[in-house]
Amino acid sequence: MVRRSRPLILALAALALGLVALPADPARAQAPVKIGVIQPLSGPVAASGNYVRMGAEIARDWINARGGVLGRRLELVIEDNKSDPKEAASAAEKLIVRDRVPALMGAWGSSMTLAAMPKLEEYGVPMVVETSSAASITKRGNPWVFRISPPSEMEALGLEPYLPRLTIKKADFLAVNTDWGRGAITAFGDVLRKHGIAVGAVEFMDQAATDMNAQLTKIRGTGADTLFLTTSVEQITLVLKQAQEQRLQRRIITTGGSSSPDQLVKQAGAAAEGTYHIVFFMPWFPEAMPEPRLARAFVEEWQKRGYPFEGLTEGFRGHDGILTLVEAIRIAGRDEPKAIRDALWKVQLMGLNGPIRFEKDGPAGKESGQSRPSIFIVQIKQGKVTLPDFVARR
Amino acid sequence: MDALLQHLVNGLVLGGTYALLGIGLTLIFGLMNVVNFAHGEFYTLGAYATFAALALAGLPFAGALALALAAGMALGALTERVLLRPLRHESIETVMLVMIGLWIALQNAELLVWGGVAKSIPHPFPTAPLTLGPVSIAPLRLAVLAAALALIAGAHLLIQKTRFGCAMRATFQDPDTAALMGVRIHRVRAATFALGSGLAAAAGALLGPIFLVYPSMGDLASLKAFSVVILGGLGNVWGATVGGLLLGVAEELGAGYVSSGYRDAVGFVIMILVLLLRPSGLFARAERVG
Repeated sequence: MVRRSRPLILALAALALGLVALPADPARAQAPVKIGVIQPLSGPVAASGNYVRMGAEIARDWINARGGVLGRRLELVIEDNKSDPKEAASAAEKLIVRDRVPALMGAWGSSMTLAAMPKLEEYGVPMVVETSSAASITKRGNPWVFRISPPSEMEALGLEPYLPRLTIKKADFLAVNTDWGRGAITAFGDVLRKHGIAVGAVEFMDQAATDMNAQLTKIRGTGADTLFLTTSVEQITLVLKQAQEQRLQRRIITTGGSSSPDQLVKQAGAAAEGTYHIVFFMPWFPEAMPEPRLARAFVEEWQKRGYPFEGLTEGFRGHDGILTLVEAIRIAGRDEPKAIRDALWKVQLMGLNGPIRFEKDGPAGKESGQSRPSIFIVQIKQGKVTLPDFVARR
Repeated sequence: MDALLQHLVNGLVLGGTYALLGIGLTLIFGLMNVVNFAHGEFYTLGAYATFAALALAGLPFAGALALALAAGMALGALTERVLLRPLRHESIETVMLVMIGLWIALQNAELLVWGGVAKSIPHPFPTAPLTLGPVSIAPLRLAVLAAALALIAGAHLLIQKTRFGCAMRATFQDPDTAALMGVRIHRVRAATFALGSGLAAAAGALLGPIFLVYPSMGDLASLKAFSVVILGGLGNVWGATVGGLLLGVAEELGAGYVSSGYRDAVGFVIMILVLLLRPSGLFARAERVG
């Protein structure tokens, strides 16, 4: 770069030699601020990834309508991780090396996020994790990771106040055989045992499995009263249908916040009746959210764009993730990876889910950031999503 | 004991669907020697055709099944004509790579047309299960098992008892001699591939209402179909049927009594054992070589 204090002759020489260098300055002021987004846009969990993308795009458009960030336009560079951890790692590398993004948001599934994380450390670029809930993500000592979604432990603690009124005596678990599913079983199992609730069968299913009858037959034999179910909405639909086929009498509670109760009503029908779902955003009752005005505006904008209503419980994550990064860039005053990383620690804002503020998590000196998200529970009653009787309206 | 009965019933019903997937592939992989990685995509096509017929056009279930079968056969015949016939003298690996390409192309086309959100197919059967003592089973599953067995029997009769079946067996035993005997081997190859693909589409039509329909649903179906074909022996329709039922029961018992985390591993362990101990399938008769 040419400094103005240098003699004019030097400036002219530089201009003559490196024509690229000088015009770069004004051009850079006009260049957009980039944020890389890694989501599963194809493959088994493509629906969820696309909803997160849509939410992120709403946040981008709102921010640009208000004049952008640092006086520049915000641009999202979106990459598909194909629901595959290997692809998540190469998508991160591509965004950092080729597109030169100073910060990332991603990568939906825990296994995908974990696979992308070494690249963050290698190149020194921060990532806001919007969906993944495996505990290990913030425990590995990767100081470039900032998570706004709850790990299973926090989710289980969020359920704790409701436990006395759910009157569970014995619970079974059925979870997808991944970092997320196994983590959820440990976390919820610990909280239940702390309250003197027995744990019966602990069953797993492959991510792509479609027939869960074997697991359900085993569960039917335990005599428990509640089944905790942790997996994608597609598999939840199948489990509910097959549980109905086997006449399984259980209170079913889904964890992880990806259950999309609307989609279950539509696709599982009567089999979804009476089930409980832990969610992190309640588009049905924006007035019951911590920031009702923002929630209502988001739901309206989502519907105005013709996006499916059932996508809102995923879409809010994209909005909150982008909002968090933009706030960090604003605090940093420049779009440079390390400055954004340092600024993320100072972020304090209200997202759709609630307050976002990072606390230190993981081994000392190399901590990751973890926000404390709000947790809500809804029930499907008569084909409608409702607040359960035991949840008092705020 | 109650649980064991339920596991066995679950396994048989699941195995019936594996068998249906397997017989289509055993014709294509076993007789035609085409390593058809796109088999699962015909299954997906059948499921989406059924969804379109039932949920969008309001046809009856039997009509939807016929439509799915026809769609699978049409795309199968087209695939044979456009992709396989020009490659007839190429090595098996070349054909395999082309089929992998077809698999990726079809799957992404489905994603483009239908989107990634899983779809549920409405069906006319009651959702309340039939209960017999400790065992419950959904009426839909029984209907699917019956339809699968009927399709399997139909395919078997077609291959063993008709002139077309005779021409088919002759073509794949010795194409040159068959051609000299007046068999139109191009047509037979096209018809065989179409039949195999049509059966896969029928499997998709039958299983779509039980499970969910989404673009990547064919991946697992392909894997199961290959396991069934290897268990039963290449080109052996009855072998594929029994192999499918065995695989279903083995997986179910493995998940029920060993660990549900290893459910799919059980199937593949059996497949590896068969490849090691009886490489031409569980039901292969002694065969003259050369």
